[in-house]
Amino acid sequence: MSPILEVKNLYKNYGATEVLKDINVSIEKGDFLVLVGPSGCGKSTLLNCIAGLEPITGGDMFIGGQNMTNVSPKDRDIAMVFQSYALYPTMTVAKNITFGMKVRGIDQATQDAKLKHVSTQLQIEPLLHRKPGQLSGGQRQRVAMGRALVRDPKLFLFDEPLSNLDAKLRVEMRTEIKALHQRLGASMVYVTHDQIEAMTLATKIVVMKGGIIQQIGTPAEIYNRPANLFVADFMGSPAMNLIPAKTKANGKGMQIEIARKDAGPIVLTDKRNTDLPENVIIGVRPEDIVDTALARTDDTQQADCLIDIVEPAGADTFAVMQLGGKHVTARLHAETTAAAGTVQRLAFDLGKVSYFEPETGLRLN
Amino acid sequence: MTDMSYAPTRTKSPTTKLVLRFILYILLGVFALFYLMPLFVMITTSLKSLDEIRTGDLVSLPREVTFDAWRTAWSGACTGIQCEGVRPYFLNSLLIAIPAVLISTIIGALNGYVVAQWKFKGANIFFALLLFGCFIPFQVVLLPMAIVLGKLGISGTIPGLIFVHVIYGLGFTTLFFRNYYVSIPSELTKAAKVDGAGFFRIFWSIFLPLSLPIIVVSVIWQFTQIWNDFLFGVSFSQAGTQPVTVALNNIVNSTTGVKEYNVDMAAAIIAALPTLLVYVVAGKYFIRGLTAGSVKG
Repeated sequence: MSPILEVKNLYKNYGATEVLKDINVSIEKGDFLVLVGPSGCGKSTLLNCIAGLEPITGGDMFIGGQNMTNVSPKDRDIAMVFQSYALYPTMTVAKNITFGMKVRGIDQATQDAKLKHVSTQLQIEPLLHRKPGQLSGGQRQRVAMGRALVRDPKLFLFDEPLSNLDAKLRVEMRTEIKALHQRLGASMVYVTHDQIEAMTLATKIVVMKGGIIQQIGTPAEIYNRPANLFVADFMGSPAMNLIPAKTKANGKGMQIEIARKDAGPIVLTDKRNTDLPENVIIGVRPEDIVDTALARTDDTQQADCLIDIVEPAGADTFAVMQLGGKHVTARLHAETTAAAGTVQRLAFDLGKVSYFEPETGLRLN
Repeated sequence: MTDMSYAPTRTKSPTTKLVLRFILYILLGVFALFYLMPLFVMITTSLKSLDEIRTGDLVSLPREVTFDAWRTAWSGACTGIQCEGVRPYFLNSLLIAIPAVLISTIIGALNGYVVAQWKFKGANIFFALLLFGCFIPFQVVLLPMAIVLGKLGISGTIPGLIFVHVIYGLGFTTLFFRNYYVSIPSELTKAAKVDGAGFFRIFWSIFLPLSLPIIVVSVIWQFTQIWNDFLFGVSFSQAGTQPVTVALNNIVNSTTGVKEYNVDMAAAIIAALPTLLVYVVAGKYFIRGLTAGSVKG
C-alpha cells in the first residue's frame, strides 16, 4: 500500500529566501508525525504546504497515493486544526462543525447524524448552540477538533493546537489527542515547538531547523541517538549534556578525558566505541549521571564532581556542575545528600552515550 | 473659591476637585451653546414670519410659530425660473445617494476583503494607489471626469452622478474595510478554504456577518459625503438632475427683491436633515466601528 502522505524533494521560497530545502517525508496510514523545531524553522510552512494553503516552489506531494501538488486544499481530503482554532465567530458551534459539509452540499440528515456523533465523542453537546466567543479556551479547542473530525479525512493536520492553552489543560488535551489517535487509527501531522509534546504524541518525529530536516525517526531514536548537536540539544528536558572531551585508545576501549574545575580530568573508559577522533563532544543525558547508589548497569563508572547548584524538582533533584567548561546537569535521587559547594561521587552511565564531531556537529557513533 | 484651587497643597482636596469639575462643566456648556447657536437661529428664524424677522431680534424666540416658510421651502420656493421648492431636488439627492452609497460600500467591502485576506502580487501597491485616490482634490478630476462621462453617454444624468460618487468613494470604503478585515486572523480564511469554501462563499458566510460595524461606518461616511457634495453636483448635473445642495444654493442666491430668510433657513434644514438622521440612528455603531479595528473582539 502506498504511504498516506509522501513529500518528495519539496522546496519553498519566499522571493529569494529559501524557507524549505529538499524536504522528503513519508508516513504510513495510522502514523502520528510530529514536525518539531524552534520558531522560524519552517515547520508551520511545511504544514501549510501539505494543506495546499501555500504553493510550493519545487517538488511533489502525494496524499493517499495521488499527486496533490497542484490540487486546492478543499480537494486534498484533509482537515486542519489551527493554533488560534479559527472558529467562525458569527456561527454557533453546530454551524461551525457542519459548515464544511454544508459547503459541500451534503444532505441535512447526514449532517445531523455526523454532528451528533462527533459532539458525543468530544462531549460538546451542551455547547452546540453557543457562539465561539462564549466558550473557554479548552472548549474552543474541542470544537476545532470536532470540525476536523466530522470530515473524516485521510489526513489530519494540526498547527500547534495546544500552544494557546494553559499548562494544565495542555497536558490534558495532549492525552486526549493521543487517545483520539489510538481510537481512530487516523493519520496525523502535528506541528509543535514543544519537544515534550513531540515525544509523547509522535510515532515519528521530524526535527527541523532553518528549513532543513535534521533528523527523522521514532521518539526513541531521536532521543537516544540524536543525529547531530542541534537535535541532541533540542530534544529532551533538561537538555542533553554536551561536553568537550579528549579521547584515545587505551587497549580496553576508548579512554575519555573530561576537564574538571579545580582538579585533574575525569577519566572514563568506553568499551564499546572505538575509532573516535581525538577531540569530540560527548553527549550524556542527565539521567545517565546519577547518584552512585542508583547506578544500575555494568557501564557505570564513578567520579567525584564539585556541585555548583542543586535544583530540587520534586521527583528528582538536578545538580549542576562544571565539566569541560560547560554546565552539566545530573539527575539525582530526590533525597540526595548532594549540596551546593560539596563534592559528590557520581556514576556515569556510558551505555547510551553519543559522540559528536565538534566542527560539523555530526554524530560519530 | 479660586483661592482654594491655587492653594499650595500637593493633593487635591474634595472641594478643589468639585470646583474644577464645576469650571469644566461651565466651559463645556459655553462651548456647546456656541456651537448650537447657529442651529437655534436657523430653527427659530424658519418658524418666524418675514415681518417678525424684519422687526424682531435674531436670537429671540418666534412670537407666533408658523410653518409657512417650511411649506414654501419644500414645494414652492424658486430656483431660478422654476418654483417647485427643494422637493424634486431632495428626491434627486436620494436617487443619487442611496445607490451610490450601496454600490461603493459593496465594492469597497470586496476590495478590502481581497487586499486584506487574499494577498496577490502587488496588493500593497494597489492599495497604496487606491489610498492616493482619496487625497486627489475634487477639482483635479473635474475635467477628465466630464470627458469620461461624455464618452459613456451619461453626462448630466443621475446615473452619471452615481458613477462619479462611486468612483470617488471607493478609496475610502476600501480603506475602511481593508483596515477592518486586516485585523481578522488569516487562519479563518485558511480554515474555510480547507472546509471547501471558495472566494465568495468565505466573503458571504464568514466576513460579511462580521462586518456590521464597518458597514455602518462606510454608509454614514459615504452618505454624508455624497449628500453634502456640491462641486460634483453642480458640475455634472443639468436642469432636472441637480441634487438638493445645488438647489439650496439656487434658492438662496437667485431670489430677487426681498430675501426670505425664513424660507432659506427652512430649506437649509431640510437639506441637512437626512445626514443628521443617519447620525442619530447609526451614530452608536459609527463610534464602535471606528474603534473596532484597534480592539480585539
